[in-house]
Amino acid sequence: MSIYDVIFYLFAILTVGSAYLVVTNKNIVHSAFYLLFTLFGIAGFYVLLGADFLAIVQLMVYVGGILILLLFGVMLTNKITDVKLRTGTLHILPAVVGTGLFMGVLVSMMLRTNWKSEPAEIPMTTLYGLGRFLLTDYVLIFELLGILLLIALIGAASIARRDKE
Amino acid sequence: MIEVGLHHFLVVSAILFSLGIYGVVTRKNAVMVLMGIELILNSANINFVAFSKYGNFGLGGQIMALFVIILAAAEAAIALAIVLNLYKTFANVNVDEIDKLKE
Repeated sequence: MSIYDVIFYLFAILTVGSAYLVVTNKNIVHSAFYLLFTLFGIAGFYVLLGADFLAIVQLMVYVGGILILLLFGVMLTNKITDVKLRTGTLHILPAVVGTGLFMGVLVSMMLRTNWKSEPAEIPMTTLYGLGRFLLTDYVLIFELLGILLLIALIGAASIARRDKE
Repeated sequence: MIEVGLHHFLVVSAILFSLGIYGVVTRKNAVMVLMGIELILNSANINFVAFSKYGNFGLGGQIMALFVIILAAAEAAIALAIVLNLYKTFANVNVDEIDKLKE
């Protein structure tokens, strides 16, 4: 068992454990903070898979951006003074049975399939390759995503704006 | 089996996917549903990157994961704007109580 395996299992326990706490915790703010650990563990997986740039993007966009947005959402839609940060749940039993069955099928399928596995040589940095791909093969998608982000920015601002009545 | 390979990453992402679906199905609060969706998107991303490495497909998988992250950011911004509007209109964000498109 090499050091790589040990690190993988540590990150797997961190990720799955905190993901479980995210979906079962009663307190929304606690859930958001557990989500931080899940996203951090996934960034660790990216590092283990040799995707250095993606790990940094994961930390900056998810942990630095989306998680803060979610926390804003929690804080703005609950009365903090009433300590009403608890959230109800519904359909627990059918959900446990359904997703449990689904997870069993999915995991057994993943384990039984004979995947083609020939690990690629990881380059020292993926930055050159990613940058070259983004400006050659994927340049159309890249530009479209830029426009999409602009639309999302303007749309979110205009939807969330408070009307003066 | 103890040595980490493609299977291990796929199993972790399958578990994350199921937990995300569980969160989406069971939680009442709209923000919690969003957190479940983030979990699902992240599990898909792990698959992309894992196949990109172990399938020897070059960097295409990582590019796709990058695009998914960008889309997730746009989705979170729009969804939270909608949630704020819901809160303004209905004074709560429980998805089981909001069943009208207008007041």
